[in-house]
Amino acid sequence: MTAIELTVNGDAVRRSIEPRLLLSDFLRNDLGLTGTHVGCEHGVCGACTVLLDGEAVRSCLMFAVQADGHGVTTVEGLSDGVALHPLQAAFHEAHGLQCGFCTPGILMTLVPFLQDHPHPDEREIREALSGNLCRCTGYQNIVAAVRLACDGASTADR
Amino acid sequence: MKPAPFDYFAPGTADEALALLDEHGDTAKPLAGGQSLIPAMNFRLARPQVLVDLNRAADLSYIRSEEAGLAVGAMTRQRAVERSDLVARAAPLLAEAMPWIAHPQIRNRGTVGGSLAHADPSAELPAVALALEARFRARSAAGERSMAVADFFKGMLETALQPGELLVEVVLPALPPRTGTAFLEVARRHGDYALVGVAVVVTLDAKGRCRAARIACLSVGDGPVLANEAGKVLKDQGRSDDLLRAAADAAANRDVDPPSDIHASAAYRRRLVAVLTRRALGRAFERAEKGSGEQGAVRSG
Amino acid sequence: MEPRRQIGERVRRNEDARLLTGRALFVDDVRLEGMLHVAFLRSQHAHARLVRVDATAARGRPGVVAVYTAADLGDYWRPGPLLVPPPPIAGLVFNACTQVPLARDKLRHVGEPIAMVVAESRYLAEDALDDITVDAEPLPAVVDLENALREGAPRVHEHLPSNVAAHAIQRKGDYAEAKRRAHRVIQRRFRYDRGASAAIENRAVAAQWDPRAEELTVWDTTQAPIPIRNGLAQLLGLLQSQVRVVAPFVGGGFGPKIMMYYPEEVLVPWATMRLGRPVKWTEDRQENFFATTQERGQIHDAEIAVDRDGKVLGVRDVFLHDTGAYDPYGLTVPINSQCTLLGPYEIPNYESEFTAIFTNKTIVTPVRGAGRQHGVFVIERLLDFAAKELEIDRAEIRRRNLLRRDQFPVNNEILFQDSAPLTYDSGDYEPALDQALELIDYRRFIREEQPRLRAAGRCVGIGIVCYVEGTGIGPYEGARVTVEPGGLVRLATGVGTQGQGHFTSFAQIVAEVLGVDVADVRVITGDTREFAWGTGTFASRGAVVAGSACHAAATRVREKILDLASHELKAPKEDLVLAGGKVQVRGDPARGIALGALALKANPLRGAVRPGTEPGLEATAYFGPDRGSTASGVHAMIVDVDPETAQVEIKRYVVVHDCGRVINPMIVDGQIHGGVAHGIGNAFYEQLVYDEEGQLLNASFMDYLLPTATDVPHVETAHRETPSPLNPIGAKGVGEAGAIPTGALFAQAVEDALGNRNGKLEICEIPLSPNRLFELIEQAR
Repeated sequence: MTAIELTVNGDAVRRSIEPRLLLSDFLRNDLGLTGTHVGCEHGVCGACTVLLDGEAVRSCLMFAVQADGHGVTTVEGLSDGVALHPLQAAFHEAHGLQCGFCTPGILMTLVPFLQDHPHPDEREIREALSGNLCRCTGYQNIVAAVRLACDGASTADR
Repeated sequence: MKPAPFDYFAPGTADEALALLDEHGDTAKPLAGGQSLIPAMNFRLARPQVLVDLNRAADLSYIRSEEAGLAVGAMTRQRAVERSDLVARAAPLLAEAMPWIAHPQIRNRGTVGGSLAHADPSAELPAVALALEARFRARSAAGERSMAVADFFKGMLETALQPGELLVEVVLPALPPRTGTAFLEVARRHGDYALVGVAVVVTLDAKGRCRAARIACLSVGDGPVLANEAGKVLKDQGRSDDLLRAAADAAANRDVDPPSDIHASAAYRRRLVAVLTRRALGRAFERAEKGSGEQGAVRSG
Repeated sequence: MEPRRQIGERVRRNEDARLLTGRALFVDDVRLEGMLHVAFLRSQHAHARLVRVDATAARGRPGVVAVYTAADLGDYWRPGPLLVPPPPIAGLVFNACTQVPLARDKLRHVGEPIAMVVAESRYLAEDALDDITVDAEPLPAVVDLENALREGAPRVHEHLPSNVAAHAIQRKGDYAEAKRRAHRVIQRRFRYDRGASAAIENRAVAAQWDPRAEELTVWDTTQAPIPIRNGLAQLLGLLQSQVRVVAPFVGGGFGPKIMMYYPEEVLVPWATMRLGRPVKWTEDRQENFFATTQERGQIHDAEIAVDRDGKVLGVRDVFLHDTGAYDPYGLTVPINSQCTLLGPYEIPNYESEFTAIFTNKTIVTPVRGAGRQHGVFVIERLLDFAAKELEIDRAEIRRRNLLRRDQFPVNNEILFQDSAPLTYDSGDYEPALDQALELIDYRRFIREEQPRLRAAGRCVGIGIVCYVEGTGIGPYEGARVTVEPGGLVRLATGVGTQGQGHFTSFAQIVAEVLGVDVADVRVITGDTREFAWGTGTFASRGAVVAGSACHAAATRVREKILDLASHELKAPKEDLVLAGGKVQVRGDPARGIALGALALKANPLRGAVRPGTEPGLEATAYFGPDRGSTASGVHAMIVDVDPETAQVEIKRYVVVHDCGRVINPMIVDGQIHGGVAHGIGNAFYEQLVYDEEGQLLNASFMDYLLPTATDVPHVETAHRETPSPLNPIGAKGVGEAGAIPTGALFAQAVEDALGNRNGKLEICEIPLSPNRLFELIEQAR
């Protein structure tokens, strides 16, 4: 067992874990943050995407021990618990989710993407989404939600 | 799909890593970005007894301009390369290839050295390294050595690296003037391993004729394949559609002997080699011509 | 306040907030004190005799609590039930062979479970799989459908004389006679290969036995919680009331989660009762490729008889259907293929014969579309080839054969999957075709755009196909509506939800009837403790059947509200309006009562409930349609093909769809988008590749290619509403529609795109891939 200390959604966390424990399992089982979903455990579906020091990563392709000393953000850390994050609100408005299983990973992929690309075109949005599989929506309303989130942001900027 | 148990070490420097690798010998495996190794471990196709995690070896992560060319530390994240202005200027071929590698979530973890040392014939970076005549710097507890790209890739998932030896740096020599590069690939989906890809470097002489051309193909053999015959076809020739076609034919029919798998037959791969080589050469010539400031001088060929 | 229309509105979903913030409960999120975790040892062989399983070493590994093999199950070992008995087709041959919980003496497909390891963690359980030794004698595998029928072929089930699972012939009219009259008869062979449902959430089962309450709780990613509860109670010797099955949020179903009594589904509850600790099994993606049911393998030899004008005189189709190693789901899939082939067309003479075949592959049960796409593929392609031979425009040959509005209801005579004669309740097909042609600008594309782009060296093509979908079949669903004193309305129904928006569309129905806000209708689905009668979410029936039950229950509650309010407000019922969560006397704003207050009055603590009434504002109602309602649609697509690389880009995709009365257009659009994406996957990306030994060669998301955001086009949709006369809402199902015609459309459009270069190119198979398309192009040179 190895002791690790990290920050998860802003909170300091200390745990003793087996080195082989995947970050995804650590978040879900050890911390009870079950919003991070597991869909393939080989890094293709993107459902387990979380932020590591602000960058999107597959939590099934990292050992929890590797997150020692780092900051992790999961979907639970996206909103303040009262109001939805603007991207979450846009997904609601645009019907950007159906079964919702892939949604946390998609949100966590898009948050840093939109920081880098505040006004993406459709091509860029689709490429950004291409590392996340969704079987329900055909992606169309996810794209619409991203555009909505950006338009909202641009309105606010003005 | 949970990995088998292993002992884990996270050394803070390359030296510490090398000492650990030396100590644990064959049982140890270095862990770079983990984007190929960890899935294999989750499937239990890989079961290393000891993992030496290089992710805390900060001295292996850098991109800098040196006399010999652009030096990239082995643990440099692919994402950092993708975002680097220095790379965009000094190695536009590498910059062009980066977005083809999987997805941002993978490139945020995946490293340059990890991909090169994994030596997957379908991966982009080995072919880019081959096209750019990269040099590989490797270290072990016993010392350091430097290898030419031709000596580094040895076969399917195989390199010249010895047990206990780490790839620490790759150096991309500066491109001569009047050089144009291009990277193209066809994959099933955006971000998938390529069915076929080509990385092309074309250098023109003052009259706009091809002084040298290096065409590296991926996903057509046990490793990246240099299309030498195609290069010969281009040598000292001015650009023309017929020339590009002839070179592409040579690449497809003489240089490569591609495998068949469930996604692409050998015949289809040959076709893709021909088409992509022709198209990439077209782009590379154009870029070389623009770079030379003698645009249009040899258009008709 | 006036009553507000809710049905037909674009209402945002009630369930979203939970899903978006990570608070929604999925089965794998269930974490209980002392919970144990399961891993299964699965067959590596497609076909083998199982000689011996030795789990001694595994049982001794630290952290392992139990290992079970077939021998350990005792009386609990028994094959699963036949879920869907076949319709009473004359002359039908049907051999039921259903799956077993753990293989006992024979292994019939790769991935079939052999042993169950229960351990303190999933990691430890997987470690222990290595400790189990299996002694198996490999047998030649039954893989290819035609070889499976050859004399002397190895048999999947040795007690049967052959690998024939079923044989059925259905006829309408006299095809032989029609063929004699035909101007042309066009014959082709069509293939449709296997794909996976690939819900992003794999299956999972968690169970807990409470010895004090003597109650078993099972969380299951099932599309059918109530039948699971009923079956488990029976198997375990419990009362149905002692078993609670919860299908919480389910991460996509697409059919295989309606398959019932998967081995894991009966073993996990059994293990928790034996071990006295909660037990959970979560399928991983690799297991999903072997252990979750699949669909689509068929080979059709079909012919169409047409007259000089392209009118269809008759169709004959003989097909082979791959049912996998077992056939618990009966004949639903091949019968859907058989029935859906008739499409929106007037086909007076039809003869369809199929043979369902056991193979050493994963079990086949419905996957989104459930066999319908095969039928559509066959008829649509036959019409394309007929159009070509007769030099009639593709849209025109369809128009000439469409059923007319005045012909409904249409009885197609043959039996549908629900055992009722295939009857179309309502439809209006030609305007839908016109609308699709207009939206995609068919004529201009053919006359101007295509010639112009071709002249510029591009290969662009257009496709247009029509289809119908039998939806909304019985037997029944139920719902209970309760107005609570706080003013919220509770709606409980038996069908589970896998993302279809039931929390919202059912709420809209109730909200409209009761005059309340949609957000104030709290929907509880998929929990047998809340509602105990029903079947499940399948066959595009949720909105139709359960939705109608919600409507019926709400209507009864409305009556109770009016009765009581009339008494309380001393006003005749006709003068009362339900709106804004209140009952109001029309024209007199001072006289009204909130529904919550009325609910309190309906459940008094003192006094007496009036004779002839019931306490509370609550009602339960059921709805069972006589037969299914038939949805329909037209899809059109423009593609740009790179003939050198065989890459296909979809430039435009148009859907004109008629699912009767639309409850929530936003949700319906979403269902169509997802269906089209699934269909595009089937058409160009997804194929389960088995080798001759029955080994699946691409059991991962690396190699089994789900389409991504860059592969799926923007879909332009238009709705037409031809209400169904079979239910009070007028709704028809929509869940599968998008996926049904896509293969046929893709083939047609790609063929058209390459038509001027490769005139001989004919696409008679799905799925395609760039590689396969390259081969077909080369062959047609």
